[in-house]
Amino acid sequence: MSDLLRFTDWTRPVPPADREVVTLLPDDDEGHPPVLFVPGMGHGAWAFAEQWLGHTAGRGYPAHALTPRSGGDLRSQVHDVIQVAASLPRQTVLVGHGVGALVVARALGRYPARAAVLVSPVLDGWAALGAALRVNPAGAVPALFGGRLRLNARQLFSPEMPADRAQEYLARIDARPRRRDLIARTPPPRPVGRPPTLVVGSPDDRVVRRKALDRAAAEYGGAPLLFPGMGHYLMLEDGWTEPIDAILDWLGKQLS
Amino acid sequence: MQDSPDPGDRRDAVCVVGAGASGLTAVKNLLEMGFLVDCYERETSVGGAWNWRHDRSPVFASTHLITSRPLTEFPDFPMPDTWPDYPHHSQVLDYLERYAKHFRLGEQIWYGMEVVSAVPAADGFWDVTIQSTGGGSSRVQRYAAIVVANGHNWSPLKPEIPGEFRGQVMHAGAYKDPAKLRGRKVLVVGGGNTGCDIAVEAAQQASQVWHSTRRGYWYAPKYLLGRPADQVYSWSRRLPARLREWLHRRLLRLHTGDLTRFGVPAPDHRPSEAHPVVTSQLPYYLGHGKITAVPDVTRFDGAAVELADGSRIEPDLVITATGYTPRFDFLEPALLDSDEDGRPDLHLHAFARRHPTLAVIGLLQPDAGLFPLAHWQSVAVARWLRLRLTDPARATAIQQKESTRPLASWSRRRVVPTRRHWFEVDHVDYLRSLESLLRQMEPAK
Repeated sequence: MSDLLRFTDWTRPVPPADREVVTLLPDDDEGHPPVLFVPGMGHGAWAFAEQWLGHTAGRGYPAHALTPRSGGDLRSQVHDVIQVAASLPRQTVLVGHGVGALVVARALGRYPARAAVLVSPVLDGWAALGAALRVNPAGAVPALFGGRLRLNARQLFSPEMPADRAQEYLARIDARPRRRDLIARTPPPRPVGRPPTLVVGSPDDRVVRRKALDRAAAEYGGAPLLFPGMGHYLMLEDGWTEPIDAILDWLGKQLS
Repeated sequence: MQDSPDPGDRRDAVCVVGAGASGLTAVKNLLEMGFLVDCYERETSVGGAWNWRHDRSPVFASTHLITSRPLTEFPDFPMPDTWPDYPHHSQVLDYLERYAKHFRLGEQIWYGMEVVSAVPAADGFWDVTIQSTGGGSSRVQRYAAIVVANGHNWSPLKPEIPGEFRGQVMHAGAYKDPAKLRGRKVLVVGGGNTGCDIAVEAAQQASQVWHSTRRGYWYAPKYLLGRPADQVYSWSRRLPARLREWLHRRLLRLHTGDLTRFGVPAPDHRPSEAHPVVTSQLPYYLGHGKITAVPDVTRFDGAAVELADGSRIEPDLVITATGYTPRFDFLEPALLDSDEDGRPDLHLHAFARRHPTLAVIGLLQPDAGLFPLAHWQSVAVARWLRLRLTDPARATAIQQKESTRPLASWSRRRVVPTRRHWFEVDHVDYLRSLESLLRQMEPAK
C-alpha cells in the first residue's frame, strides 16, 4: 500500500466517535511531552488509571489514557489514537499494551510520535492465538469462530497476584478479537519521524511469549526490556512500579 | 546595513522563506531529518494565506475550504474528526497554529523578518539577506540550502481594463466583509472559485449582481451522492481514465446540468482540463435571478462598464477576482529558470534544475488540498538534502535519472491555455511521481 495515496482515508474517512480519555497532569509543567497510554483488547483506560497514570504524572509527564471506541476495527482504533495524540499540545509519546501495542505500531506509520513503548505487544495475532490455545484451549477455541475470548487468571497474571484482585480484573476484561485483525499478518509500517522505540515485557508472560518479544524488539532494532516473574498485565501486577519507572527512565534518556 | 564583512555563518542550517502552511511543513520535515532550520516570516505570526489578521491574506469573512477535510489535512497531523467536511478559514488557521505548536516550530521562526535577496555562494551554499519588514538594518547569513515557501496567493493579478470608471474597483484580495456589498449594484469579474464565492455572497447582500466570465467552466458541486464531491472523485480514480471522464461529465450533467440558458457560456474544455471550480450555490442564484451572467468586460466608460457583447451595465462596485501571481522578488529569475512571464521551470515544480540546494514548496494548483502535497514535497526535499550530504554519488545518480522523467508524468499539460493554469497538477499523478522519487532516496536498510 502506498503511503502517499490514501484512497481509503480519502473516500471513506473514519467517522467521529466518542472517545474516553482519562488525563492526569503533573503539578508543574516541566515541558515534558505528553504520554498517551493505549490499552489492548477488552480493557479500557482504567487499566492504566489504576497505577501507571498517576505515577507518570508524578514524574512530571502529562499522562493520558484512551479507551478506544467500542466495536471499532483496527483502522478506527489507529485513527482514535492519532486523533487524541494530535489534539495534545506537544508531540506525544505513545505507549501501547497488548493489542494496543499493535495499534500503536500502526499509528507510528502515520503520526511522528516523540517516542514509543510497546508493552507486552501482541503484534502477531497467530502467535498470540497459538499461545492462548496452548495455555487455555477451552477459552480460546470460541474466539476462532468470532466468539468471546475467555481468559483465566493463570493465563494473564503471575501467581503472586491475589486471587480476589485477579478475579476483579478478569471480570472487567472483555476480549472479543476481530478475526480479521487477529490473523492479518501485515508487518507494522516503518515509523515516520524515526521515533525511539522500546519493547517491554516479561519472559513469564503466557500471552506474549519470550520469542515474540524478541521478534518485536528486533523489528525496532533493539532487545526487549524484561521483567521476569510478572504476567501479561505489567501495569496491574504488584510489581507495577518497576516497569513504569524503567520506561520513564528510558524516556528521560531519549529526550535529553 | 550589513553589520559585518563576513557573512553570519549558519553553514549547517537550512533557510526556509515563509511560515504559511508550506513553510511550516518544510520546517517540520527538515527538523525531522535532523537539519537546523531558520525560518523567516514577514508577518508576526504563522499561517500565511490563512492568517486573516494581515492585509495580504486573500481570505474573506465567509471563506471555507473547497476541498474536504481528508483531502486537505497534513497526512501526519489530522484535523479533528469532529470538524465539518469543509472547515471555515479560521479553523484552518487554528489548525496551522496547533501544528506549529505541536511540533515546536515556533522556536525556528523569525517573525517580522523578510528575505530580500538570496545569492548562491560556492559549493551550494547561499548568502541570504534578511531585513526587518518595516525596513531598517539588514544582515547576511550563509546557509547550506534555501527552501522557498512564500506562497502564490498574495500578489493580486489585476486585469487591465481601458477607460475611466467613476465607481469603485477592488481586487478580490481586498474584499473581506459582505457589509461592503449591502444594497449596492455589484459586478464580479472572474469565474474561478473566488469569483463564484463572491458572486454568491453578493447575491445574498447586494441589490443587483452581474457575474462576468470570459469562458464557460464546469461548476462542480460541493456534495455528490451525499458525500463531499472530492471524495467521490477520489473514489473514481480506480476507474480507467476514459470511463472516469465519462462519469464526471455524467455526474456534472445530472447535478448541475446545462447552465447556458442563464447566459453562462458552455465550457470549451473537458472537466479535467481546468482547475476545478467548486460552487453549489452559483447555479441556485442564477436560477433565482439574483445573479445575471454577463460576458467579458471590455472597457470602462464613466459610470458604465462595457461588455464584450456591446451591452452596458452600471455597477457601483466592481470586484475583480482575477487571481494572483507567484512572485520571487528575492531570487534572480535565472535561478529558478523562470520564463519572461516569471513562471519558474522546476523539476516537479519544486526542485531547481541547476541549483541542487534550492527548492520551492507549495507552488502547485492541485485538484485536491495543497497541504498533503506540500508535506510530501518537504519530505522529498529534506531527504534529498540529507542524501547529498551522506551519499553524494547516489544523489547525483538520482538527479540524473530524475531529469529524464517526462514532464507529462507529473505535470498536467492538457489544460486550457490561460495564465493561471501552468502549475496545475493532478494530485494523484503528482503524488505517484513524488513517491517514486522518495523510494529512490530511501535509506538503505
